[in-house]
This record gives sequence, C-alpha cells and structure tokens, in this order.
Amino acid sequence: MSRLRDPGLLARDAEGLFWMARYLERVENLARLIDVTQSFESPGFETDAWWGLIRINADEKNFLERGFSADATDIKRFYLLDRGNKTSIPANLEDARTNARTLRPLMSTEMWRQINVFQRFVSRLSPEDLEGDALARVCMRLKDGVQAHTGITEGTLYRDQGWYFYELGRLIERADQTTRMLDIKYTALLPHGAEEKRVAELTQWNAILRAGAGYHAFKRLAHAEFSPEDVVHFLLRDPSSPRSALLCVRRIESHLDDLRRIYGLSAAGEAIEQAEMLRELLIGRPLSHILAIGLHDYLDLVQIHLQKIAAAIGRAFFRDWRPDLETPQEAAAIQESA
Amino acid sequence: MNEVFRKLWPEYDPGRYFCELTTSRPDAGPVPQWLAERLDRIGLEALRARASAAETELIDLGVTFTVYSDATAIDRILPFDCIPRVLTASEWDLLERACKQRVAALNAFLGDIYGKGKVVKDGVIPADLVYGNANYRPEMQDFPVPHGTYVHVCGIDIIRDEMGDFRVLEDNARTPSGVSYVIENRHLMLRTFPDMMAGIKLKPVDDYGRRLRAAMAEVAPGGLEDPTVVLLSPGIYNSAYFEHVFLAREMGVPLVVGADLVVENDRVYMRTTAGLKPVHTVYRRLNDDFLDPMVFRSDSILGVPGLIGAWKAGNVAIANAVGTGVADDKAVYAYMPRIIKYYLGEEPLIQNVETHICREPEGLKYTLDNLDKLVTKPVGESGGYGITIGPRASREELDVARASITANPDNWISQPVVGLSVAPTLAEEGIGPRHLDLRPFIITGKESWVLPGGLSRVAMKRGSLIVNSSQGGGSKDTWVLAEAFAKGGAA
Repeated sequence: MSRLRDPGLLARDAEGLFWMARYLERVENLARLIDVTQSFESPGFETDAWWGLIRINADEKNFLERGFSADATDIKRFYLLDRGNKTSIPANLEDARTNARTLRPLMSTEMWRQINVFQRFVSRLSPEDLEGDALARVCMRLKDGVQAHTGITEGTLYRDQGWYFYELGRLIERADQTTRMLDIKYTALLPHGAEEKRVAELTQWNAILRAGAGYHAFKRLAHAEFSPEDVVHFLLRDPSSPRSALLCVRRIESHLDDLRRIYGLSAAGEAIEQAEMLRELLIGRPLSHILAIGLHDYLDLVQIHLQKIAAAIGRAFFRDWRPDLETPQEAAAIQESA
Repeated sequence: MNEVFRKLWPEYDPGRYFCELTTSRPDAGPVPQWLAERLDRIGLEALRARASAAETELIDLGVTFTVYSDATAIDRILPFDCIPRVLTASEWDLLERACKQRVAALNAFLGDIYGKGKVVKDGVIPADLVYGNANYRPEMQDFPVPHGTYVHVCGIDIIRDEMGDFRVLEDNARTPSGVSYVIENRHLMLRTFPDMMAGIKLKPVDDYGRRLRAAMAEVAPGGLEDPTVVLLSPGIYNSAYFEHVFLAREMGVPLVVGADLVVENDRVYMRTTAGLKPVHTVYRRLNDDFLDPMVFRSDSILGVPGLIGAWKAGNVAIANAVGTGVADDKAVYAYMPRIIKYYLGEEPLIQNVETHICREPEGLKYTLDNLDKLVTKPVGESGGYGITIGPRASREELDVARASITANPDNWISQPVVGLSVAPTLAEEGIGPRHLDLRPFIITGKESWVLPGGLSRVAMKRGSLIVNSSQGGGSKDTWVLAEAFAKGGAA
C-alpha cells in the first residue's frame, strides 16, 4: 500500500489560488477588449468606442478621480500603464504575482518564473508601447502571457483541491467578464434603424465575438443572416464555447461537486445550490422572453448569482483563516480591498 | 601562492592572506589547477557573459530578498560569484567534526542553564551573563526538550586566518538564514558552468530538506508515526521569504503564517479547507519576541496566541527552541572554549578568534596594553556599535576606548584584527582576490548532521572585510571534494 498521504490545503492558500486565477483572467479579458476596441474602433467615434471599456469595468468615477480626461489615449494609459488604478492590467498582474508569491510553495518553478517575467514585462510598458501598431503587439503579448500561464498551469500544477479552487476563480471571473462585455455592447448596439446601420453594427458584433474568442465557431454555427439574438445566445448559452456563461457555470458545478465527492468538502453544498440556480437562470427561459423584458436587468441578475457563488465559496472555505469576518460580503470583498 | 599559479595567473596576488585556491594544500589534488585552467579556457569575456546570464536567471526565478525603502519594494538578488570556493576532504572532515562539537556544547549548555545551572554554580561562566542576558527566557526554565536539542538548526560563522587556520567568529543559534543559497548556488553552477565542474567529485548538497524534515519529525511529541510539520514564516514581506518557500518546498511541508495557526485546549492546529488539522512541529523562522503575543510582545500580529502554552503542555515542538539566543551572544561566545571543555571534556577542534575578556584581570591588562593592535567590542551592543579598530583608530579614539573599558571592564572584550582568507573572484580588474567567510549549517534532531560546505560569503569590494549581504556582499558555490587526494599530489 502506498504511504503517500493527502496533505490538505490551507484555507489561505485556497483563497490565494482562487484570486490568482481571477486576476490573470481579468488581464486576458482586458487585453482582448483593448485589442478589439483598437481594431474595430469606428473612425470619428474613437472616444465612444474606448469609453465602452470604462463602462464595462464600471470605472467612470475611478477614471475621472485619477485625473484622466475622456479620450482614447488616456483610457489606454489608464488600463495599460496606471499601476495606481486597481482595475488596470499592471495592477491586476501585480496582485496576481503577490498571490503567486504566497502560493510559491504549491506552484511549479515554471509557473513562478513565467509570472515573474510576465509581470516585469508589464511593469515596464511605456506610453510609446500604446502608439500606432505597437499596441496590437502589446495586446498579443499580454494574451500570450496569460495563455502561457494557463498552459504551464495545465501541464504542471498538481491537481489536488488547490487546482479546483484555481479553476473556480477563473471560471467565475470569465463568466462575469462575458456578461459585462455583452451588457455594454448590446446596449450600445440595440438593433434598430435602417439596413445600413445594421450592416455597420455587424462589424461591432463581430468584434464582440472576437473578444469572446468565438468568432469562427459562431460562423460555423450561425446562418448567413444571423441576428443579435444569435450572438447573445452564443455568448450566454452555447454549451461548447470556452467563454460562454453556461459552459463556465457547468464546470463550476462539476468542480464543486468534485470537491465534495473526492475531498469530502461537504461545505461545498451551498455553493453547489447557487450554481444550480444560476444554470437554471441561464437555460430556463427562452431568450426572446429575456430580450423582451430587458437584457441588461437579466445580465445583472446573472452577475449577482456569480457573486453569490463566490461568496458561498468564501464562506465555506476561505473565511476560516480570518475568523473575525462577519458577513459573506466582507469575505468576498476582502481580497478586493487587500 | 604556489609555482603553478605564479605561471598561470601572474597578475593574481593574494598578498599576505591565505588563498582558498592558490595556496598549496596537501590533499587538494589537481582540482585547483584544473579550475584555473578551465577558467582561462572559458575566458574573461565569456565568464562575464555567463555570470550575467546566471544573475538574470536568479531574477527570473525570484531568488531574491526584498529591500524596502519609503513606499517602494525592490527585489534584489544576492550577487553570485561564479568561481567556486574549494574545501578539501581533510578540511571538511575537521570542519564537520568541529561544527558537531560546537552544537553539542551549545545544546548541553542550554539544557544546563534552563535546568540545574551547574555551569554557573561551578564558576565556568558568570551568572549575570546568563540570567541577566536579554535573550534568557525564564519560560524555558525546567522544561526539558526532546533529545536535549534546543538548537535544531545552527549556522556557525567560520573564518580562516593568515596561517590558514580556521576560527569560529560567531555562533548563530536562533533562526540562521542563508542555507537556501548554498543549494541554489550549486544548481546554478550545474546549469551555467557544467564545463567547470566536469569530472570533479563533490559532496552533494541536495539532502538538506529531507534531513531537516526528519529532524523535525524526531523532535515532535512522541508516539506519532507521521507527525505534521509546518514552517512558520512572517510572510511575503520578510526579507528571507524566498528561503522560507525554498525550505517548505524541500521539506514538503506547508508554509504557514501566524493567521493559519490556532491553539485550542493547548493543541496547535492549522486552518484548512476541511477545517482544523493538528500540527506537531513548528519550524519557525520568526524571532522569539513575535512567537506568542500572550507571552512575549503583545503587539505581535505575526505570532500564534497560545503557542507557548501548547508547547509547555507537551503538545507541540518548536524549532529552534525558544531562548537559544542566550547561547550565541557575544559575551557568551568568549566562554565557548571553556563551555566545550566543561561539557565534553575536549579541546575545541576549531578555536575561537582569540578573545580577551576584560571582566577578567589578565584579559583587561592585555587589552589595555595592546589597545592599538586590537579590536575592542562592547558585549551588550550589536550591529557594530561601539567597536574600535585599534590599528585604524586615532590617539583620541584610543583614549576614549581606554576610558570606557576602564570604567566598566565587564562590558568589553577584545580580539586581534584577523586577516580573512581570500578566494579568486570575478571582479572589475579581472580575477582578483576577495575576502570571504564560511557559514556551515548543522541540523540536529536526535543527532547532528552537517550540510557539506556551507554558505561562502564574499566581500565584492577590493580590500573589504565586510561580507554581509546588506553591505554589498555576495556568495559563492562551496565545493567539498569527495575525493581525498594523496597528500603532496599534483598542484
């Protein structure tokens, strides 16, 4: 009989893994959004296009408070250079690296080295890197950086409980980002008006699909004359698109179930119930019905459910190492403020 | 310097100091000459390029310590010198035995002073040096520890004088650091300079983590087949955090911070996703002061309330034990030769740097008669405060020192100025001599084990005797030759 044993997982490390994954997922999503905003910005409407980024991240107040003015250059700097902005790429990556540092005992040397080198690259970005064709290359490198991280993690991170918490963080963040992007772009692109406008909007829908890494897959599935509803369906409910909300939620459910089954973590029950409710919310009602009532409110509801899952996970597993915390909101918020 | 090197490196001049490579040693065999030839073959330019690549590697891997100033945190690496320091088999044999002897005496001393105090009653050491010492912990009195081991991990700073004789400069019996660099430096050498090492049999350094884990299990409360060991770190903002991570990984144990541990009913637990899990040995890298706010500093948020209570109840081992600082203190150091003799009935295998104790009449007289040749140190101070270096002091400075010593002789010791040995080092002028010391690491559970080699710290500035990393010191890979070459062989 093998004498190897289950070493368990510190509550603090579970939280660290969860958040490291979230921060890195944010970096990739932001890089994708910047990339498509740049590639598909409508001449003459640059500021509108870039302001969409601010709205997706609910950064209106934050942006103005930090003394920026609402133009394309400043918005790029706000997200790519401003380390003082907690929603910027450098700040997210710094937070990811700080978590990686506490998690270093659990991570492979390859993972640690990559995040170290990546963080250094990002911390050295300068205003020139945002000009002309340089920005597209930067976005490429940012995506490459997170994807290299993902690949190294896939190939080297030991798959005990820790890996599940890492995946949970990533999936919750990804689903959240997909709904935010959809919300902002859909509101901006409400299908009305003349045929020419509809054609112009097609370009924007394509941009959304590219940001969601679903452009070509969608083409294969859709009719030639696709509708905005089709795009919404694809981003929210496609069972196979890696960034669709439904796929993320199904995997969240399955990971939580594994934690309960394989590792005996019965405290996962509440989070599982929350995930089931969200899955119901995503597939239970016809899309036309949702669109008629209002997509914005619906997406809000989806986001609230994602927060509830995160809070339930925090309550069940992370709170224990900070026993003074009173409410789930505090438990969920604590990393944000840290 | 021997003939071979005078031909190979005509520019290299260690002066009056012992050189760790070019001074002839009976059992070094062909290794020093091989090294010199290989260095020449690689060439200065390639050497610099590889050394710089090696340092980039250290940065990429985050093998760094953090320096905080104002609001910024800077990750620095410990400068790595790529020319190894070589210890021969017979040198190592002596060092190893001497380190074990020293640790045995330190443990016996601690067991005695926290027990019956015979060493004081027998007049070997003055009572106030022990019981009036700031690092004496009354909490330890009459609580014997498993196997009599207080100093589970010890780092002993050893220098080599002009004659080539080793001398102990300092004992580090609290939470000595630096061992991770010993192992990382070897890995770096193997990756970066395989051609320098080819065919040379060295004692391996990669067994440290396993040995440490085994020792931690040996001192755990009895009756457990597989006790749970944790490494307690102050966290990511501690300058030695990299080492804590390194050791936790090498041991295969969780790295915890104070908030991860909780004491209930005098038992220690860690907080896991599955609830509380018992902990049996805490390898702590936290000073005594911070360990338990209920006993020591009440403002410490790094420690674990109740930890000392759990230890007193016999439910957890703490390594190193609390209160070891009383044994590695400067004043007690002066008494170490007598302490060794008292407990072990042996002469020290490696002597202290000659130390004159001014509280003793002959020591005082010698010190006052030779002030201009000696280094005088107040025993109660640290960080070099109050030190006078005789040969470099002015008339007035010597007078001040004389007055201070005469006023309170108990507070003073004096030592000769030691010319630390040098080793060839990649420097601005090419390969030049730089002063260095050695810190071997000794692990003790039931028995002692010494990691072959140790940390060689080197002063990177020409002529400097200060090897501390905080003052620009670097480190070298330390080779212990596994092969005993016939005495008087080649080179």
